[in-house]
Amino acid sequence: MAKKTYARGHRSPLASFGIHATLVVASFIAVFPIVWIILTSFKPKASIRNLKLIDNPTLENYTALLNNTDFLRWFSNSVIVAIFTMIVGIAMAATAGFAISRYNFPGKRPLMWTFLITQMFPVAILIVPIYSIMSAFNLINTHASLVIAYCTVAVPFCTWMLKGYFDTIPKDLDEAATVDGLGPFGVFWRVVLPLARPGLAVTMFYTFLTAWGEVAYASAFLNTNDKFTLAYGLQTFVPRPPTLPVWELLTPAAVLITVPAGLVFFFAQKHLVAGLTAGGTKG
Amino acid sequence: MATVTFKDATRHYPGNPKPTIDKLNIDINDGELMVFVGPSGCGKSTSLRMLAGLEEVNGGQIFIGDRDVTNLSPKDRDVAMVFQNYALYPHMSVADNMGFALKIAGVAKDEIKKRVDEAAKILDLAPYLERKPKALSGGQRQRVAMGRAIVRSPQVFLMDEPLSNLDAKLRVQTRTQIASLQRRLGVTTLYVTHDQTEAMTMGDRVAVLKDGYLMQCDAPRYMYDHPNNVFVAGFIGSPAMNLLDLPVVDGGVKLGGYVVPVSREDLGGATHVTYGIRPEDMDLSTDGTGLELVVDVVEELGADAYIYGTAAGVNQIDTDGDGGSKPFLARVDGRRPPKRGETVHLKPKPNHSHVFNADSGQRLGK
Repeated sequence: MAKKTYARGHRSPLASFGIHATLVVASFIAVFPIVWIILTSFKPKASIRNLKLIDNPTLENYTALLNNTDFLRWFSNSVIVAIFTMIVGIAMAATAGFAISRYNFPGKRPLMWTFLITQMFPVAILIVPIYSIMSAFNLINTHASLVIAYCTVAVPFCTWMLKGYFDTIPKDLDEAATVDGLGPFGVFWRVVLPLARPGLAVTMFYTFLTAWGEVAYASAFLNTNDKFTLAYGLQTFVPRPPTLPVWELLTPAAVLITVPAGLVFFFAQKHLVAGLTAGGTKG
Repeated sequence: MATVTFKDATRHYPGNPKPTIDKLNIDINDGELMVFVGPSGCGKSTSLRMLAGLEEVNGGQIFIGDRDVTNLSPKDRDVAMVFQNYALYPHMSVADNMGFALKIAGVAKDEIKKRVDEAAKILDLAPYLERKPKALSGGQRQRVAMGRAIVRSPQVFLMDEPLSNLDAKLRVQTRTQIASLQRRLGVTTLYVTHDQTEAMTMGDRVAVLKDGYLMQCDAPRYMYDHPNNVFVAGFIGSPAMNLLDLPVVDGGVKLGGYVVPVSREDLGGATHVTYGIRPEDMDLSTDGTGLELVVDVVEELGADAYIYGTAAGVNQIDTDGDGGSKPFLARVDGRRPPKRGETVHLKPKPNHSHVFNADSGQRLGK
């Protein structure tokens, strides 16, 4: 009997089943923990550790979190640190990336290598020296110390990213703008930056996340409750074993903590469009 | 409006053994369309960029009018440039692209709009003013790039091979448009191209550059009839001039079995010269005298026909250095071309011969 063949773009029922089964399992693995956390956050304290997915839904965990803990303060601390990291980090990375992309200067290659090499040290090694630097500048227990520390992580990476993006913007546009009367900063600000929107969006999101979820530096540099960032503050909900984590506070916090990151991503993805430079130059 | 003067202008890239532009001296008159032409790497674009201020000047001076602009930044030179690949701002509409320089200069919005509208009318861009460059065709983008220059009404237009990205038909069309537009606006223009046809058809004067040196600068017609040296003779004109290495004999130079009369004082005692004759400057002779040519290829173009052939004892000199041997070329009547394999006799028309020094390549005589 002739073997049944399938037209291009069609597959056998068995292959189809296999592919879909794999996708379903993978999606379940990805989505389940998040769904579980969201559902758990609405369960009353007494039944929080049972396995029922939905059990007397209530908002009491949220009200407890917002009213009885420092959550809102930590939240605003985190927002401040993350936003400042984003602004300062992108400002430095974009200008540095532009300089490296467009100008030749002595030490350009070593500088690029330095950026890469700094990325290779784990935080555990850097934390002590950076701590002593911060303490020398009286920056311990300030948000500035975190912004600076996060920039050391984010700026080198983003500089590489943005340099690569700026390289794709034709230099002829710079020259056209120069002849039209712009200085170097004008070229950067009015021609190159608007065209680098996708690159900027990605790096901004990255710097935001760097600061938003970071625990190690925060736990080393901050020591009073009023300065804590979210990621560090939430640790107070996880006492040392054998005491169990405070699930009724952790789960609503985990839900709320994703909101700003989600918002930033929402605004960033709108700028992730291809072909911004299309039509500017031929070829 | 203004004149442009290159005075010993030199550009030497660090690390290069010799300058890319070596002591360029040239005067461009007020309102003139000057074309720089030459093979790639001759420095024509570099010299234009030096005038634009995009390239450093390492020696000498550049003047626009009486102003020494040698060390001025591009924005202070009052020049507008059309780039080879247009370099339109992709994130701005056509109108914004054209008005950008004025906006930077702080011109009032109404005035910008007025001037953009005027330029758009001249260039037939009015329906496209709100479009982004990516929604335009190649020819339209080219016109926007022109418009961006026109709107500024600068002292000098700089055009860096503005037609090389257009298809052949559009190129011919646009080239006449640019030339007539330039004449209408009367703005001094420096136009760079590698295409000698473009140079001949557009330029008030043409400057031929090679390896950073100015070879000749003259009106197209004069340059065609009086090339200063072998390089210009071979570069200007299409199809190219036949350039042959010929011995000097009594009464002239010996072209195969024929003696082309050249006066003794023109030859200046040389025993060998480079002899140049354009394909259209030869007649088929009926009396069996003249250069004997065996026809290899006949190209019939309708009005004309070109015959390619080999002639005994006559060798084309290798001007472009590619080592390939070149056939002898002549233009004949398109209605009665000889056949392939036929032997014909060609006679140079009187007073259309060009004689050059065999060593220096410089023109001998008038």
